[in-house]
Amino acid sequence: MAKEKVVLDGVAKEFATGRQRVVAVDGISLTIQAQEFACLLGPSGCGKSTVLNLVAGFEQPTRGQVTVNGTPVTRPGPDRAVVFQEPALFPWLSVLDNVTFGPKTQRQPAAVYQPLARRYVELVGLTGFEGHFPAELSGGMKQRVGIARVLVLQPEVLLMDEPFGALDAQTRTLMQELLLRVWEQGHQTVLFITHDVEEALLLADTVYVMTARPGQIKRRLAVELPRPRTIEETTSATFNALKREVLGLIREESLKAARA
Amino acid sequence: MNATTGVVPHAEPRPAPAGAPVAGPRPAQRLGLAVLLPLAFLALWAAAVRYRWLPEGIVPSPQQVVRSWYVWIVGTTGFTLSPYAGTWLDTVLFSGRRVLQGFALAALVGIPLGILIGWFRLVQNVVDPPIQMLRPIPITAWLPFSIAVFGIYDASALFLIGLGAFYPIVVNTTHGVRDTSRLLIRAARMLGASEATILFKVVFPSALPAIFTGLRLGVGIAWTAVIVAEIVAVKSGLGYVLWDAYYVSRMDICVAAMISVGLLGFVSDRLIHGISRRVLRWRTLEAHA
Repeated sequence: MAKEKVVLDGVAKEFATGRQRVVAVDGISLTIQAQEFACLLGPSGCGKSTVLNLVAGFEQPTRGQVTVNGTPVTRPGPDRAVVFQEPALFPWLSVLDNVTFGPKTQRQPAAVYQPLARRYVELVGLTGFEGHFPAELSGGMKQRVGIARVLVLQPEVLLMDEPFGALDAQTRTLMQELLLRVWEQGHQTVLFITHDVEEALLLADTVYVMTARPGQIKRRLAVELPRPRTIEETTSATFNALKREVLGLIREESLKAARA
Repeated sequence: MNATTGVVPHAEPRPAPAGAPVAGPRPAQRLGLAVLLPLAFLALWAAAVRYRWLPEGIVPSPQQVVRSWYVWIVGTTGFTLSPYAGTWLDTVLFSGRRVLQGFALAALVGIPLGILIGWFRLVQNVVDPPIQMLRPIPITAWLPFSIAVFGIYDASALFLIGLGAFYPIVVNTTHGVRDTSRLLIRAARMLGASEATILFKVVFPSALPAIFTGLRLGVGIAWTAVIVAEIVAVKSGLGYVLWDAYYVSRMDICVAAMISVGLLGFVSDRLIHGISRRVLRWRTLEAHA
């Protein structure tokens, strides 16, 4: 039986900008089961990232509650690993030191984290680059370091905030395949933020389409494509039917946003 | 002219035709260009003294400065009345030690304090206003106070040097800390870092480039301060010799002392710059990326 891993219950987040109050997201309720890959899909500015920041514990909800493993989220922690849109690597640390930053700061013995670090550096295809500084890497390579440094913590929950948004199309495809491989090995509970319909459908078990601001869940869609998936999946009939449906939903929201 | 083939070209016997695109001068050429104006200035100076364009007996000739400087450094074997002969190194060491001590003091207080001001709102609200209020008082204005409190001793000089170097170090460190990327702090928290780890392993390295800027500005002020302090507050070092030589009309020694301070300031700046390039190697890579 599946276990409820990440639960958002009537979550709203308001920001105060000067004297104005902006409602970023409102009435968000969703449940991500253990080992489920969930995608939050929506137009830019709809508050997708706000939802992720609430689960990560970077921000606190104005109303409602976020629980992970049944415990309310109060602050960030390594049980909810985050891969950011920008790689957010420590520029003064080498690739290997970036990957071992988490285990070291948690006082894990080197005997434990060294083999793990080597394993994940290899998994993301960066063997031979351990001594390089982030400045010496391409955008895709940096993002792979960003993934390896959280995998080494072996998190049960993986939060990904448009991690491939800034990459070129070819690199993005490679990274999506890499992520699918990683997920097949670890079956983490994933919350993945994106505005790319194909990306959401290729990766996710469940896609939540969001409305324009204030962000709400417009529709929940189950993506019943066989696993393990490859990039070829994006040409199947099922995939295209789903894509048409999601594009229609997104288009409604974009038009609404344009009129507002 | 195989600029694109990567072959190191031999010294070009003929100058490039006028109007040809400039590919950036080679190191030897750059050195030549850099000494062009100083050499012209030296020639003008020598001529001005020799042909008496300047009031006689006040400005020494460059040759005279070099001769006196030489005697000041190595001394002479013959009989001399010059009290300076052979004392240059001692003099330089006096000043150098004061700068080093005052500067180290300033860094030791300024860097940790700057980090605390930049990171903790409470420290900022309590400590920053008085610093900003005291900062506009020039260190020269502190001279009488310093001598009254510390007397004509090293302590007086160290106070002035330390105070002068302290301001740029603390201000730049504070800025560096405040400029730490929020994303990196979030990343560190997410990876399970404690507040202390964030301060030492994220905020500090992130502020290092600004800290080095502060150190470079600070060492420059330290050399200014040591001369002022030695002119007034102590009886040794380059500043003391500079002023003393003026009183006994030894302008040759004055000029040699001026050039000595300049050289030492230049060397200490290059030293810090060199260290910063090594420590901040990740940053130079970034600049070329």
